[in-house]
Amino acid sequence: MTADHTRVCDLLAEYGALIDLGKFYEWLDLFAEDCRYQILPRENFDRGLPAALVYCDSRAMLEDRIRALREANKYNIHTDRHVIGLPRILDDGLAVEAPFAVYQTDQEGETRLFATGLYRDQLEISGPRLKIRDKLILLDTFAIPSLLATPL
Amino acid sequence: MVTAAIWPALDYSRVPYRLYHDDEIYAREQERIFRGPVWSYLGLDSEIPEPGDFRATWVGDTPVVFNRDKAGAVKAFVNRCAHRGALVRRELSGNAKEHICIYHQWCYGLDGSLMAIPFRRGIRGEGGLEPSFEMRRHGLRPLNVDNINGALFGTLAENPEPLEDYLGPPILHQLRRFLDRPVRVLGYNRQRIRGNWKLYAENTRDNYHASLLHEFLVTFGLDRSTQTGGVRMDARHRHNITWAEADSDTDELAHEAYAGAGVRNDFLSLKEPSLVAFRPERGDKLNIAITSLFPSAVFVQISNSLAVRQIRPRGVGEVEIFQTMLGYEDDPPEMTLHRLRQANLVGPAGLVSMEDGEAIEIAHRASRPDLDRTTVIELGGGGVISDRDYRVTDVPLRGFWSYYAELLGIEPEGAVR
Ligand SMILES: [Fe+2]
Repeated sequence: MTADHTRVCDLLAEYGALIDLGKFYEWLDLFAEDCRYQILPRENFDRGLPAALVYCDSRAMLEDRIRALREANKYNIHTDRHVIGLPRILDDGLAVEAPFAVYQTDQEGETRLFATGLYRDQLEISGPRLKIRDKLILLDTFAIPSLLATPL
Repeated sequence: MVTAAIWPALDYSRVPYRLYHDDEIYAREQERIFRGPVWSYLGLDSEIPEPGDFRATWVGDTPVVFNRDKAGAVKAFVNRCAHRGALVRRELSGNAKEHICIYHQWCYGLDGSLMAIPFRRGIRGEGGLEPSFEMRRHGLRPLNVDNINGALFGTLAENPEPLEDYLGPPILHQLRRFLDRPVRVLGYNRQRIRGNWKLYAENTRDNYHASLLHEFLVTFGLDRSTQTGGVRMDARHRHNITWAEADSDTDELAHEAYAGAGVRNDFLSLKEPSLVAFRPERGDKLNIAITSLFPSAVFVQISNSLAVRQIRPRGVGEVEIFQTMLGYEDDPPEMTLHRLRQANLVGPAGLVSMEDGEAIEIAHRASRPDLDRTTVIELGGGGVISDRDYRVTDVPLRGFWSYYAELLGIEPEGAVR
């Protein structure tokens, strides 16, 4: 069974919207029970180096990340805006690539491009829905402006 | 022109905001600190294992390349063509037999010497350079290079203090502990902070902020100021080690201390506790060891995450933190995985470090309008600068400023050192 283009687009649209709305716990529900999420600087990817900026190789670690963000971390006060490009569906229909840009806007309305890169997702079918099993965010903007708190 | 009169206090407990914002002071720092007598961290021996391997880096504003020559020795030089001042090596890393400037193809050897110039004799005897032109006088400007257990340091000073003397015994000991086995690079990360570079240098010497700004440390039980720990400096107080021992306090003690301080004291637990689990790797209990070197390097051990940070000034109002994540060559795969997980703690997205980016930016922004006002550095008391066996202190910041003042030529008479 493969994912059709519309369902992949729906998932990506939901993914970006939930982060931009700050609904991180709902965003977590887009991931499979057994999942991995990492943000890898392209500088490392190109050299075959494994260290990521965010590396959660279990659902528990991803949940801890979000809980820390909500309970402990302090960061620049801002809103995010995800602009996710057209997905490219590969192989068996469950491997997906999509380019993205995230803009950040501060409290006084100044917007800057915060990050651009490529999502490389492995999806799985979970009843009527698609879920993310493995998300590798290849980060072109690896000179992080200020700091990276909210998920990309 | 800034003078010794800028300091309102002889113990450096008051730092005028001007020092973070003035372009003329920034230019003087580049000249007298970064191009002056200090040793700067360049990179690691293990990043350039083969002859011809090179990496580009920075010493302050100065672009530098370090490489391994044919004989296996590490050489470093300013990455700027003697001809017209262009960057010679544009790539950040690679392997090469020589370095050729693309502009006019002047060619330099792995020792930085000028080896070949196209059309040196002109064409059919016309043009080119005079026969008297001395190739050997136009090489790339060399740095002195030295090495502590595989960590490479360079200096632009012609007659530098020996590196081991510059670091001093406690720092040397700590670096040798950190680098007691060959290291392996796990990756790099970079952060661009809109603030003066010295705000970051201060931040890494400031033990007081750690468990207050970085609430994750206390909330999730990784590090609390109630643990046994302190600050240790070299004799000149220019460098500092902030240290703490694992499992050296109790939840009750911490709870009481933080409640008494009026700050948050509810302790939470993680779903994946290995993120903060400390696995002792040697015969000491240190789970926090942050070694800040003057002017711009920090060797960081937080639990089992290991990193070297290079503070790269980018003008008076911006700094890049370039961080190299490390493991040891003999780490079993499981330990590498543990370090990759604990890499979540540090860097621009670090659970216990992301706040520094914000703290530095708000300090830079709010201090700019009032250049003659000052910070207040008095935790642990004013006066003498000395080691402390407690953690609620910012004394090492005064050590930093003391040496800074000496190098900039603005040390007041009678000031503490
Ligand atoms: Fe900090």
